[in-house]
Amino acid sequence: MSRSLPGARSGGRAVLDGGPSGRTSRLGGAAVLLCAPFALLLLGTVLAPVTYALYLSLFTERLSGLGFSGPSSVFVAFGNYADVVTDPDFLHGVGNVALYAVIQVPLMLGGALVVALLIDSAVARLKQVWLLAVFLPYAVPGVIAGLIWGYLYSPGIGPISSIAPIDPLGANGILPSVVNIATWQWMGYNMIIFYTALQTVPRELLEAARVDGAGPIRTALSVKLPSIRPTLFVGLVFTIIGALQLFTEPLVLRSFTGAVTSTWTPSLYVYDSAFVAGDYGRAAAASVLLGLVSAVLSAVVMRISARRSR
Amino acid sequence: MSAATTVNGTGRNGRRGRKEPSPWTSRAVVHAMLGIAALYSVLPLVWLVTSSTKSLGEFSTTSAFEFADWNLPANLRALFSEADGVFLAWTRNSVLYAGVGAVLGALICTACGYAVAKLEFPGRRTLFAVTLTGVLVPTTALALPLYLMASELRLVDTFWAVFLPLLTNPFGVYLARVYAEAAVPDEALEAARIDGSGELRTFFRVALPMMRPGFVTIILFQFVQIWNNFFLPLVMLTDPRLFPLSLGLYQWSTRVSQFPQYNPLVITGSLLAVFPIIVAFLVLQRQWRSGLTAGSVK
Repeated sequence: MSRSLPGARSGGRAVLDGGPSGRTSRLGGAAVLLCAPFALLLLGTVLAPVTYALYLSLFTERLSGLGFSGPSSVFVAFGNYADVVTDPDFLHGVGNVALYAVIQVPLMLGGALVVALLIDSAVARLKQVWLLAVFLPYAVPGVIAGLIWGYLYSPGIGPISSIAPIDPLGANGILPSVVNIATWQWMGYNMIIFYTALQTVPRELLEAARVDGAGPIRTALSVKLPSIRPTLFVGLVFTIIGALQLFTEPLVLRSFTGAVTSTWTPSLYVYDSAFVAGDYGRAAAASVLLGLVSAVLSAVVMRISARRSR
Repeated sequence: MSAATTVNGTGRNGRRGRKEPSPWTSRAVVHAMLGIAALYSVLPLVWLVTSSTKSLGEFSTTSAFEFADWNLPANLRALFSEADGVFLAWTRNSVLYAGVGAVLGALICTACGYAVAKLEFPGRRTLFAVTLTGVLVPTTALALPLYLMASELRLVDTFWAVFLPLLTNPFGVYLARVYAEAAVPDEALEAARIDGSGELRTFFRVALPMMRPGFVTIILFQFVQIWNNFFLPLVMLTDPRLFPLSLGLYQWSTRVSQFPQYNPLVITGSLLAVFPIIVAFLVLQRQWRSGLTAGSVK
């Protein structure tokens, strides 16, 4: 599994650049001691579960004979995968997450970038205050962010339902509502990352742009943005992975509205299949698909990023 | 600060260029947009503060952002006495999972990242490549197989089922490698070796102090990651006495439609759960900001 992922191989190459030179292998013993705890954790909590999920996804539980001897595992090859990808509930969840990602990823990252550029601009005062104010929601756990907004969306408690054009907890409003929660949570974090990267843009470069007659917007678009492109791509990868995993916020909103079904996103589908329906094979297949899509998407984005920055 | 003032000064007085500046970059518009972003970010937290001072009846009779009769002490008393003080147990659990987990996890990641950056050993490249793959594997895809593995090891519904998997932080290893390369010069390690210091001692006494801002950054962000994690405890735990805050508050929130008296508990509990992290970020600001800078230089 791990060898077949392109991301792993491009990462392996990156090590070649910054490695130490001329060190002898007499240091091997200490290095093994320093690496062993993490290597064991990685093996036990990432590699083994991934392998186990792959194995599980190929089997299903069936009652044998008259059912007296209990269920037994039956090898079904890709049967579970076929079940999952033809299940309308799963496809509906995939559709929700795709629509969510198409709206949330550019909205949140765009917002973070605009705020970072505004704080970085020459005219901005009180930079520390803006930075910290916008960053604060990052300190709020996903469950609590979901609860706060759930109350704010609720008629009679929060003000939003009386001013919003559509019911934020209704069938049509629920997707924008979830987008808003995730944008609120993650905009400040990405803003700080982008702002930190903007601080490293060489001053001479900005000065040269000013001398050439470029205004602040022109400078931002043609000098600052290209300089922080690698950081933007890393932010994009993590946001996409996060979007595909969407779970906590919709689950919490289920306490406030019936508009979120128990299989509203693929992650909810996994949870529902495993712990409500008890179908581990199907849940494992959905998990593997989720992991695979997210790994492939991130690898593609990283590949594009590497090509651009060359 | 003085540098910022100088830049502002030339912007205001030294407008010698013929080009008229765009209205979008005027000081007023920039600050208006920043004000909107700040309000959007802070207002929900203001709501959390004002609402935790309200009794159940006052949610519908008062407007969202106003303080009502000071009902906070009564809410706090109710919060801590509910179900034999289970909220205190959740707080303790969160501190154990996230506090102990973040320090231990960050130490494990930093040791590994340092070794990958600064020591030569067989399998170094493979280890780092697999670690990067680990960054890409979504945690929600791991929860189900982890649960089944834990149930075979009879670890389901124990502290370790949540604690151990959350120690693993592949991105922390990546960051630690960047920090080690930037902050630990080879000469310092060489000097320590000539003085007869063993490799482990060199790591703890020489390299780790040099990597301190990076180390604190990894601790802080892993702390938030564990504090925020919800899927794993949700799957692993059924005993409320083992819940972290987020799972406990979620469980209460599922009851509010039937039992509205849980509303003040959920809201006041949320405020208390958010408060320490905000304080940690403000107090450790200098550390994690410089850690982020070191991480993004690469």
